[in-house]
Amino acid sequence: MRYLVSLGEVVLALLLAPGLAGLIRWMKARLQNRRGAPFWQPYLELRKLFGKEVVVSSNASWLFRAAPFVIFASAVAATALVPVLAAPMVFDTMGDLLVLVYLLLLGTFCLALAGLDPGSAFGGMGASREVTVAALAEPTVALAVFALALSAGSTNLGRIVVATLTDPARAVSPGHLLAFAALFVVTLAETGRLPVDNPATHLELTMIHEAMVLEYSGRYLALVEWAASIKLLIFFALLGNLFVPWGVARALTLESLLVSLGSFLLKLLVLAATVAVLETRVAKLRLFRVPELLSVSFVLALLAVSSSFLLR
Amino acid sequence: MTLPLLLVMTLGHAAGAVGALVARSGPGARGVATAGAIVGSGAGLVLGLDTLIRGTPFQLEIPQLLAVAGGVSLRLDRLSAFFVLVVEVVAIPSALFGGAYSRAWEGTPSLRPLGAMLNLFLLALSLVPFADNIVTFLLLWEAMSVASYFLVLTDSDQRETRQAGLWYLAMAHGGLVLLMAAFLLLGASAASTGFADLRTAAAALPGHTRNAVFVLVLLGFGSKAGLVPLHVWLPLAHPAAPSHVSALMSGVMIKMGVYGLLRFTLDLLGGGPPWWGGVILAVGAVSALLGVLYALMEHDLKRLLAYHSVENVGIIFLGVGAGLMFRSYGLMPLAAVGLVAGLYHTLNHACFKGLLFLGSGAVVHATHTRNMEELGGLIKRMPRTAFCFLVGAAAISGLPPLNGFVSEWLVFQALLGGPTLPRPELGLIMAFAVGMLALTSGLAAACFVKAFGITFLAMPRSDHAAAAREVPLAMQLGMGALALACLCLGVGPSLVVPTLGTAVAGLGGLPAGLLTEMPRLALEVPGTAGVIAPAVLAAGLCLVPLAILAAFRLGSVDRRLRVSDTWGCGRIGQTPRMEYTATAFAEPLRRVFAELYRPTEDLSIDFHPESKYFVQSIAYRSEVIPWFERLLYAPVVAFLRRTAFRVRWVQAGSLHLYLLYMILALVVLLLVSRWTS
Amino acid sequence: MSLLAKILKVGLVTEPLEPGDASAVELVRQLEERTRKLLGRAVAIREVDAGSCNGCELEISGLTGPVYDSERFGVHFVASPRHADLLLVTGPVTRNMEVPLRKTYEATPDPKLVVAVGDCARTCGVFRGSYAVAGSVDQIVPVDVFVPGCPPEPADILRGILAALDRLSALPARR
Repeated sequence: MRYLVSLGEVVLALLLAPGLAGLIRWMKARLQNRRGAPFWQPYLELRKLFGKEVVVSSNASWLFRAAPFVIFASAVAATALVPVLAAPMVFDTMGDLLVLVYLLLLGTFCLALAGLDPGSAFGGMGASREVTVAALAEPTVALAVFALALSAGSTNLGRIVVATLTDPARAVSPGHLLAFAALFVVTLAETGRLPVDNPATHLELTMIHEAMVLEYSGRYLALVEWAASIKLLIFFALLGNLFVPWGVARALTLESLLVSLGSFLLKLLVLAATVAVLETRVAKLRLFRVPELLSVSFVLALLAVSSSFLLR
Repeated sequence: MTLPLLLVMTLGHAAGAVGALVARSGPGARGVATAGAIVGSGAGLVLGLDTLIRGTPFQLEIPQLLAVAGGVSLRLDRLSAFFVLVVEVVAIPSALFGGAYSRAWEGTPSLRPLGAMLNLFLLALSLVPFADNIVTFLLLWEAMSVASYFLVLTDSDQRETRQAGLWYLAMAHGGLVLLMAAFLLLGASAASTGFADLRTAAAALPGHTRNAVFVLVLLGFGSKAGLVPLHVWLPLAHPAAPSHVSALMSGVMIKMGVYGLLRFTLDLLGGGPPWWGGVILAVGAVSALLGVLYALMEHDLKRLLAYHSVENVGIIFLGVGAGLMFRSYGLMPLAAVGLVAGLYHTLNHACFKGLLFLGSGAVVHATHTRNMEELGGLIKRMPRTAFCFLVGAAAISGLPPLNGFVSEWLVFQALLGGPTLPRPELGLIMAFAVGMLALTSGLAAACFVKAFGITFLAMPRSDHAAAAREVPLAMQLGMGALALACLCLGVGPSLVVPTLGTAVAGLGGLPAGLLTEMPRLALEVPGTAGVIAPAVLAAGLCLVPLAILAAFRLGSVDRRLRVSDTWGCGRIGQTPRMEYTATAFAEPLRRVFAELYRPTEDLSIDFHPESKYFVQSIAYRSEVIPWFERLLYAPVVAFLRRTAFRVRWVQAGSLHLYLLYMILALVVLLLVSRWTS
Repeated sequence: MSLLAKILKVGLVTEPLEPGDASAVELVRQLEERTRKLLGRAVAIREVDAGSCNGCELEISGLTGPVYDSERFGVHFVASPRHADLLLVTGPVTRNMEVPLRKTYEATPDPKLVVAVGDCARTCGVFRGSYAVAGSVDQIVPVDVFVPGCPPEPADILRGILAALDRLSALPARR
């Protein structure tokens, strides 16, 4: 039963992910006074891409063709570690928050290599920028993990959720709030949202994520884009379920799972709305201002750790 | 059982060394040297594994040999056995690789010395952990340094190689002097120079003497391990040596610094006050970060790897430093985690750095250049080398499910135990170290995207790269073995960690039985309660792509594939000059860390005389200022030169004068001994 | 805050797309059933300016604005022909753009459509006979739909794209 629920959670997260990206797109359209595409538009796009031919550059090697699979697999494995509906999950012992971070780094690593493989200047540019942003975001993530582990006594996500649920006062401790803020900034950077990267850009020179996937098409593109939306969902699930764990089911009854699903969707909705408003409100930062943003988030995370120390 | 193996090891290497010198033909010399190295290292591998697993220490005293200095004394306990294992795991593939690789020196006078010195180097390397008294240790240590010095000088007809050799020799001997001073302090009140007597004597030493010994030992072994700022010889000497030697120097020899530090601070001195751990932690963090930052700016493949050795030694020292700090506060389980993390990373780094240096050797073998800006497209021309290098690159970047990840995770877990320390500021230091380690591993991933992407992917940037061919089978086997080791160490930590737990038990008062029990397939750390199961993770990572492929086959997915040009906004034709270069790739990070690099830029444009709208040529040159060489070493070198200039008259070339010096020295010594007794 | 207040005050400005004059769109190629089914509501467009005076570009950029909002039909612009299903080509094809246009067509994965926008794309317009012009778009790549006009209105371009997907008849029902 537990296995079934945990597997179900992974499948649910994978299926929800494109919709989440679509939801943000729809909200942004409404904020621009447009009618916009419905939130299920990404599903139609994925279906279309799976039905299209693949065009591969003559310079590309096997790595270019293998990368989408590795990227998708790393996203799926990372999803398995995230508590979506119930905690603790059976996959909790498979890895902790650090594993999750490094699994996502594995995806970034492969995507950056795939960007370099066809030998186009755009791909190289995107790869270079992506690894720069990812590397600079890394210390913030690690420190946010540190702050969470400090109060929960473990780096495993399920245990963190359970610890916060048993002692709800933790959720409003300064350490938690600061870590949340730090991780939110990292979410924007890692998932290629404004003000770090513009997901809707058509100008190659401003691209980060897009520039790496310019060469992908058909089913490969579908896997890469799907994995990107899974990454977004993972970060939202972390923000939602680690810091505000209420609603996460601790017993596997039908109603608690339904409550959990409802609260999870609500959290996604709130976070999506926040990102949509933010993306409407702020302009893209110059690439060389991004490190400043990330160092702000690093300081936030460091403050989170130190306040957890002092207020223990 | 142990003694015969030791004999086989010694004789194998000796036979290899002698055989290489006397063999009739070039191929014969290479064959004999390789066979000797493999036999000797194979015996060493069995020896190390046997002692590490069974744990029965092996002891051998030969008082007749060097009787005047207390005789030769060898002892192999679990810690030494582990380091012997580290040596041999890299030695066998490197020897195999080197057999084919050294063909490039056939017909040159360097070939035979290369084979002979390689065997001597391997013998000294595997024997250093055996040493059980000061004289044996110093002798073997010096043999190791000198043998590797000669190996660095294999291409001594090149000026920069000779210069690299000089730097290396100077740093090695500077370190040796510091070590000797430390040993003198340590051995002053001991009954003999045997390590057992030193251990007893060290306990009775006053605090400041112990501190002095620690600082000297840290500096002495730190210069061998390549800690910042004593790392300057690494990026010079490692690229200059033949690649299989670089693999050994970078993968294994610098680890002897780690061994020495552990043996002396933890075992003989029995640990110390918390600031010892703190200093090691700080030096480790700085080395890790600066190592990777300088690696990012490097476009010489082997220099890049050498800087990464600085980084990884830093990571090892982070684990060791955390372990020592926990130990001094009596937090033994966490101390064991830190030390085991350091040891695990030592083994892992040996594997993937060995692999990467062999890979770069294969690249040099096929293209005759180490400059990444002239490489590219090798994945199609040398697919197996590329695959092995990719495994190594992913491992060193700390990506699951490979070995680098597991040991970095352990270091993280050790540092995450920081809050249990009684003083909050120490916990904050550990938190800062967590941030540094995370930044380091992120930058390492960035650096290896560059190293692999620019070297192996896209189109070849020069004719050499375009004409590259896959390397011979022996070289592929060498790389393949290490790649396999990277994978196995990555998915099987539940077997490795308990073994390492026994290796650190008993050192510096660490109780036995820490970290010796692990759940099956998983790795659980006591104290921080983190759990991972890399084997399950690896299985998942393999299953998902298979599932997708199966789904593609079953579902109505279009599986057509067409090959076309790279999209370049419709431009006609693509040349390698349109590709991103290594310099361009690292440019964003160079800007971010401009304060550190202080890059100099020099741009000169040659316009057409008629109009400046027509450019004839553009020359761009950019360099990163090497701070350490300029600020720290330049004054020292200048001082040495000045002094040498001044005392030059002493060496006048007159035999009479030299005889006078001797007599004077004798008289002074006699007077001193008379006076003191 | 004032921005959000303004967003609320203005409300939706997207205009419904009315069925237009049938002559505004010229379908030249019968589409496969498969294409129609596949690209039903998700069309990625790569715009190629093959030598236009940029009048058509001005109108095309209106498509992404709030008034015409092509995204509501699942029609959006992408940066790479590898991602595209439909090439929106404008202008007479100049000699310099002939090969790039071909390359773009090659780079686009099947099934793909080509919509030629503007009079120049069909007849080369006032540029006909110029030494710099290689020909109309259909002389270089197969064209599915022509959208006449100099320049055509954004609504016409949108109708052309939708006509290429053979959904003209379904339009009035959609609001």
